[in-house]
Amino acid sequence: MNGNFFQFSRLFSALFFFFLTCNLKAEQVSENTTIFLKTVRFLSLTDYSVQIVLLGVIFMGFGCGLMGGFVVTRKLSLFGDTLSHAVLPGVAVGFLWSQSKNSISILVGAMIAGFLGVFLISLIKKTTKVRLDSALGLVLSGFYAIGICLLTRIQKMEFGNQSGIDRYLFGQITGLSSTDVWGMGISCLLIVLITILLYKEMLLTGFDPGFARSVGLPVDLLQYLLWMLLAFSVITSLQVVGVILVSALLIIPAATASIITQKMKGLLLWSATLGVSAGIFGTYLSFLGNQLPTGPLIVLTSTLFFILILLFHTENGILFKWLHSRGREQKISVENTLKAVYQELEKVSFSNDTITISDLAKRRRINMPEAHKEAKNLVRKHFAFLLKKENITLPNEDTLSLTPDGWGEACRIVRNHRLWELYLTNEVQYAPDHVHEDAEKIEHILGDVTVRKIERILSNPRMDPHGKLIPSQQDIEKGYIDKKLVRVL
Amino acid sequence: MNSSPLPLEIHDLTVSYHRRPVLYGVDLEIEEGSLVGVIGPNGAGKTTLIKTIMGIVPSSGGWVKIFGQKGKKSYTRVGYVPQRESVDWDFPVSVLDVVLMGRFAHVGWLKRVSKKDRSIASECLEKVNMLAFAGRQIGKLSGGQQQRVFLARALAQESDLYLMDEPFAGVDAVTEDAIIELLRELKNRGKTLIVVHHDLSNAKDYFDQLILLNMRLIAHGEVEKTFTKDLLQKTYGGRLTVFTEIADHAANTQTSDQVTHNYL
Repeated sequence: MNGNFFQFSRLFSALFFFFLTCNLKAEQVSENTTIFLKTVRFLSLTDYSVQIVLLGVIFMGFGCGLMGGFVVTRKLSLFGDTLSHAVLPGVAVGFLWSQSKNSISILVGAMIAGFLGVFLISLIKKTTKVRLDSALGLVLSGFYAIGICLLTRIQKMEFGNQSGIDRYLFGQITGLSSTDVWGMGISCLLIVLITILLYKEMLLTGFDPGFARSVGLPVDLLQYLLWMLLAFSVITSLQVVGVILVSALLIIPAATASIITQKMKGLLLWSATLGVSAGIFGTYLSFLGNQLPTGPLIVLTSTLFFILILLFHTENGILFKWLHSRGREQKISVENTLKAVYQELEKVSFSNDTITISDLAKRRRINMPEAHKEAKNLVRKHFAFLLKKENITLPNEDTLSLTPDGWGEACRIVRNHRLWELYLTNEVQYAPDHVHEDAEKIEHILGDVTVRKIERILSNPRMDPHGKLIPSQQDIEKGYIDKKLVRVL
Repeated sequence: MNSSPLPLEIHDLTVSYHRRPVLYGVDLEIEEGSLVGVIGPNGAGKTTLIKTIMGIVPSSGGWVKIFGQKGKKSYTRVGYVPQRESVDWDFPVSVLDVVLMGRFAHVGWLKRVSKKDRSIASECLEKVNMLAFAGRQIGKLSGGQQQRVFLARALAQESDLYLMDEPFAGVDAVTEDAIIELLRELKNRGKTLIVVHHDLSNAKDYFDQLILLNMRLIAHGEVEKTFTKDLLQKTYGGRLTVFTEIADHAANTQTSDQVTHNYL
């Protein structure tokens, strides 16, 4: 601990010194020191704008992350997207109403437009045979088109020029006011409250709405509540990331979380955490580069998290699965080589304890280089050792000899194979010529417990259906098989 | 005559989907402690009947009383097993989570499930032989196991009346035996069970009473009296084709449900 602390303080003083020298030569700052300086400025939270923006993205990331957890598990991913587009006409009308960027009137307009959109979707679903995804697409594009028309008109009006109303389309974080952050905070707080208070009701209505209705839950009311919260989080996030990218804040963290966990609570927590982390990291990146917009960087960071988790998650990650299956393939290959060695030894009734590489190649039906490779794999695992032809008199070729470990493994795999064959013929009534293929696969996955069980069922057999000896535990421990025994059988 | 109200009383129940009538003027009275099978061809309205009783589907006429009560309050006295296909099995919940949902009506709003609820849920899982899977995500179960989880959830509701929609669908023979045994045990404890069933070959052995349904109530009564060639033919046979045609017709015209109903 002490050592750690010492190192840490040394590092800290070095950094501080570095920081000082950088300050001294401020005129000739290189690219690297700018990054360093900006990082220090970002982390120390000295800028008011950084404080405001960070607070905003934390609220936004948490709220949208939680909402996303509900939305994605209910297969309503497209719903958030529709809602974000549907509020656009409301934003424009709210702006026209107050003739300025008044947050309240825009918020009210957006809410009304959002609910109109949701109402239209349920109306279409109830009265027509149009499917939900089509209804969503319909409302999304229709409302968006109206919104664009209105926004274009506004920008051509005299008061519209400097309005910055286009921030709702593409998002722009720099103009974030403290009122906006208040809005985000309240929306986030509401979502957290509802999530805590109505967790079990939301869980049931999401999983099985029919059953929820049957126990007397007001399913429709809860659904509207969820949509209202969704509308809150979408509208408050609108000016940070813009209409089009809002749904990314909802979907990506939740989709990432669903790779990590299969429990609802875990999913919600992970989703919110990922949302916040992406928000902070994205803001940091945009703070480093002057010309880069924050909203898209947050979304990109979120996507990066998704890719990283998809690749490197220890259970469900692609890399892990690949390594796992590769490991299994290697294990199977080694076991097959050991089995081949055993069979070659058995062919000469165990009168010899070495086999040549060419015998191995013939038995495995592979060419010599491949056989050499397999032999080397055994040596690497300490299952066998290779005798170079220079060091032995006969034969004029490299030979392979099993170590005690290798012998044990070889016996184990042959025993698994033959036991399984015997089990299939005796207990499952397979014909003896049908069992080999199956045993080729099962031999690699039979565990010790299953083997004991089969041995007990078959009362410790010594002979397989094809009349060959099944190596026993004693044979493994002894390290060899008695020649006489093989001949008798 | 028993003085306590009947578990289920249905009077002149009519239900339509998109103006297409599915059930016409059904009258039913189910007595306490009966094990009743609901049989009828596809599209006969078996699932609709169950869903209407549970208030999942709105009726367009008539009423349902559960233990003498109408509406939402009565639902807490009913255990419900929906069709397995009705939910998304990829949803991030565990087996125990699903069974705990059966306790929600007892727990009430804003409260969390207690230790007692958990132990009841575990007992119910034990009864259907699924306790070993309590922590598993529900999508990683076989069809028969999923069905048993639904059954355990209904048991956890600790109700007096059970409505089950095809609990034997896609279930292997061993599970089917286990389920029917469980149903009989519930019946012997004085519970009332109404089970939608599609397999005529064993309906006679499984149930005490049958409801024969094909858009109308064809018959209801003891198995010996209802499982007759005549009645089954009436339920599954072609005699009701006119009825079905009129229903299709009604769906395609502006006639209101009520008019169609009266007309028939």
